[in-house]
Amino acid sequence: MRLFLPLVITFICGIVMILHFFIPHRPISTIGDGLTDWYMIVASAAIFLGAANLVQVHVHRINTKARNWKYSPVVLIGFIAMMATGLLWGVEETLPFDYMFQTMIVPMGATMFSLLAFFVASAAFRAFRASNWRATLLLASAFIVMLGRVPIGGMIWKQIPIISEWMMQVPNMAGQRAVMIGAALGVVATSLRMIFGIERSYLGGAD
Amino acid sequence: MKAFLPALLLVLMAATASGGGFVLTTEASDVPDDDGGRIGLVWTVSPDLPVPDSIVVERMAPGGEWEHVGSVAPIDGRYTDSELENGTVYSYRLVPWLQGVPGEPGPVVSASPAVKWLHSGRIGMLVITVVLCTIILLYIEAGKRGKDLFVRRIAGLNAVEDAVGRATEMGRPVMYIPGIMDMDDIQTIASMVILGRVARKAAEYGSSLLVPTCRSVVMSVSQEVVKEAYLQTGRPDAFRREDITYLTDDQFGYAAGVDGMMVRQRPAAIFLLGTFYAESLILAETGKSVGAIQIAGTAMVSQIPFFIAACDYTLIGEELYAASAYLSREPRLLGSLKGQDAAKLVIMILIVLGVLGATAGHWWEPAGRVAEFLRFLTHVE
Amino acid sequence: MRKLLEMLDRVDRRVIYLLMALSVFIPLALRLSYPIPVGQGPSQDLFKAIDSLPSGSVVLVSYDYDPSTMPELQPMAVALTQHMFTRGHRIIAMALWPQGASLSQEAMSAVGDSLGKAQYDDWVNLGYTVGAGVSIVRMGSSIRAVFPQDRDGFPYDSIPLLTRVQSLRDIDLVISLSAGDPGIHAWVMMAGDRFGLPVGGGCTAVSAPEFYTYLGTGQLLGLLGGLKGAADYETMVREGRGNTPAGLATPGMAAQSISHLVIMAFIVIGNISYLAVHKRRKGAPK
Repeated sequence: MRLFLPLVITFICGIVMILHFFIPHRPISTIGDGLTDWYMIVASAAIFLGAANLVQVHVHRINTKARNWKYSPVVLIGFIAMMATGLLWGVEETLPFDYMFQTMIVPMGATMFSLLAFFVASAAFRAFRASNWRATLLLASAFIVMLGRVPIGGMIWKQIPIISEWMMQVPNMAGQRAVMIGAALGVVATSLRMIFGIERSYLGGAD
Repeated sequence: MKAFLPALLLVLMAATASGGGFVLTTEASDVPDDDGGRIGLVWTVSPDLPVPDSIVVERMAPGGEWEHVGSVAPIDGRYTDSELENGTVYSYRLVPWLQGVPGEPGPVVSASPAVKWLHSGRIGMLVITVVLCTIILLYIEAGKRGKDLFVRRIAGLNAVEDAVGRATEMGRPVMYIPGIMDMDDIQTIASMVILGRVARKAAEYGSSLLVPTCRSVVMSVSQEVVKEAYLQTGRPDAFRREDITYLTDDQFGYAAGVDGMMVRQRPAAIFLLGTFYAESLILAETGKSVGAIQIAGTAMVSQIPFFIAACDYTLIGEELYAASAYLSREPRLLGSLKGQDAAKLVIMILIVLGVLGATAGHWWEPAGRVAEFLRFLTHVE
Repeated sequence: MRKLLEMLDRVDRRVIYLLMALSVFIPLALRLSYPIPVGQGPSQDLFKAIDSLPSGSVVLVSYDYDPSTMPELQPMAVALTQHMFTRGHRIIAMALWPQGASLSQEAMSAVGDSLGKAQYDDWVNLGYTVGAGVSIVRMGSSIRAVFPQDRDGFPYDSIPLLTRVQSLRDIDLVISLSAGDPGIHAWVMMAGDRFGLPVGGGCTAVSAPEFYTYLGTGQLLGLLGGLKGAADYETMVREGRGNTPAGLATPGMAAQSISHLVIMAFIVIGNISYLAVHKRRKGAPK
C-alpha cells in the first residue's frame, strides 16, 4: 500500500499529461492545466521543506558541537538576515534586501563561477595529451575553437573564426545530436517504466 | 436571432476585411487547435494617417450594440478574445481613439470559435510516440517472458562496488552528488536509482554515505531511498538522516558548499550522477584534488568532456538511464533497455531514409514525397 | 633538460592558477582592447531577428541565471534591452531562476531609464516563478495564471502593457538568457515546439555547443554564446548608434584572448613534457 498510491498517482498523472499534449479538448485540457497548477503549488511548498531542513541540520550541529560546527552560525545568520529583510521591507531596489543581494550575493556568486577558469586551465593541462591520433585531432580542434572564440584568433589568421564556427556548426552539432537522440530515448524508456510502475526504486521501494 | 442574422451575413461576406480609416485591414479567425472559446484578431494600420492614442477592440453584443472588450496599442498587431461560446458567430471591429474621441471604425469581421479533439500539428508526433512506446513495451513483455537479453559491459557501473570498498578500507566516507536539478528531471530520477544501489553497498561495507542535495525534494527522496537500502541490508541502525542534507538551490552556492565538504571530510569515493551544468568541473576537480576515486555520469552533453577529463569513470548520456536495469538485472527493466535500442534503430532508419529521400528528391519525385512524409511525421506545432 | 621536462610534467596546479589570474588581471588593468569583427553566425542571426520585428512587438525575456554567471550573461541582457528599446519593442521580463528576478530589474530599469522607457507601458518585470517547464506550459494557456501580479505586487490586469497579452500566443519573440536548467532547453521544447513561438537565446560559453543542434533545425533563431556572444551583440548595437560607450563585455575580450593563449601554452607544455617522458619510458630497458 505504501508504494501502491504513489504508483497510481504517477500512472494517472503521466497518462493525462501525455494526452494533454495531443488532445486540446475538455476535460483533458482543464485537468492538464489543473495538474500544472498543482505542480507549481507543490514545488513552491518544497521551498519551506528545504528551509526547515537547513535550519534543523545546522541547529543540530551547533547543539552537538559537531565537527566544523563554527560554520553553522554563519549559515543561520545569513539565512535569517535575508529572510527578515525581504519580509519586512520587500525586495525593491535600494532596500536592504536588494543591497545585500547586489553587494554580497552577486560578487560571491561571480567568484565561484570564475573558479571555473582556473579549473579549466588545470584540467586542460592534465587531460589534453596527444596520446594517439584521435586525441591529437581533439587537441587541434580545441586550439582552433579556442582561438576562434576570441578576437586574437582573427588577428592571427582571418580564417580561424570561420573554421571555428564551421567546427561548432557541423562536427560538434553532429556529435551533440547523436548523444541527444540517445539520451532522449533513454528519457522515453525511463518515463514509460515509471508510468507503468516497472521502475519504482526512486520511490524508495524495492527495484 | 436578430443579432445572429447580420453577423452570419458578415461571416459569409468575409472573415478578412479592409477599410479606409486608420485601421486598414482586420482578420478574425478561430484560434486553431485549442479547447475552444477563443477568436484571434489580426490587423494592420495606416502608416499615413495621424496615430491615435489607442485602438479599442469592440465585439457585437447579442442585442446588436458594440461592447468594449479590450484596448491595444495603435500599431499593427493581434488580439485574442477568450471565454466565448463555441459555435456562436462573433463580430468585431477596431475603433481608433484620439484624445477621448472615437475615430472611423475599422472594417467589421466575424468568426466562430471551435474546439478540436486532436491537435492537427501533432498527429505525426502521436504516430511516432505510439510506435516507439509499442516497441519498448513489446521488449518489456519479452523480458518478462524470460527471453535472454544481453547488455554490454558498462565499466563505470562495474566500478561502483570497488569504489565503495576502497572508501571502507581507507576509513573515509563515500559522497554521492545527485546533480543540481529537481525530481522533475529524469536524470535526477535515474540518479536516485543508482543511489539506492550505492547506499546498499555502503550499508553492507559499513561506510558512511554523504548526500548533499541542491533541492529540498531531492533531499527528501534521497533520505527515503537510502533509508530503504539500509533497511533491506539489515542495518537500519547505521542510517544517519543528517548525512543527507539540503544545502541551497543556488547553483554555485551548492558547488561551494560541496567543495567545502569534500575538502573537510575528504571522501575516498565520489559519485557525480545526474544533471550538471557549469559547476561540473568545479566539483570534479576538487574531488580529484582530495584524491577520491570518482564515478560521474550525465546526459548533459557539454559537461561530459569535463567529467572525462577529471573523473576515473564516466557514464555517457543514456548509460545513466541504463544503470537501473544494468545493476538490478531485472528482466522487465532489461527489456525496456533493449526496446530503447530497437527504437533507436527505427530512428536511425528514418534518418537515413529522410536524408536519402530529401537528396534524391531533387531528381526523382517519389523520393521527395517520402522525405516530405517523414518531415510531416517529425514536425511538431 | 630532462629534469626541466619532468618538472613541467608535474607542475603544481597553483602555478597554473597564478598565471591564469595574471592573464586575466593584466589585460583588464592595462585596459587592453581588440577590435571585435562580427561575421555570419548565431549572434548576428539573433540581432537580425530582433531587428526585423515590427516596432511595438512584445518580446518576453526570461532571466534564467543567477549572480554567479552574471559576468557573461548580464552584458547580453543589457545589450539586448538597449537594442529592443531602440527598435520600439516592449519587453516582458520574467525569471525561471529565483535570483534572475533581481538581475532583470537591474538591467531593465537601468536601460529603460537611460532611454526614457516607462515601466508598465514599455516594460514590466513579472518576477520569478517555480515549476520551470511546467510553468511555461501553463503560460501557453494563461500567463495570468502563473503571474497573477508582477514582481512589485501590481495585479496583472492593472498593467497597461499586459492588456493584450493573455498567453504565450500573444508574444512575438521569446529570449531565454540561460545558465543551465531551466533555461533554453525548456523554452525551446515548451514555448517553441509546443506553442510555435520563435525562441532566441543567450548562454554561458560552457554550454553553447549543446545549443547548436537547435540552431541547425531553426528551433532557435539565434544564440549569444558566452562573453564573445555578448561582445558581438554590443558591437552590432553600437554600429547603429555612433557614440554609444562600449558595453560590459567588449573590454573583457582582451582578457579572454590572453587567457586562452595561456591555456594553450599550458597544453603545449604539457604535451612536450608528456611526449618526452613517454618516449623515454618506451626506450627504457625492460
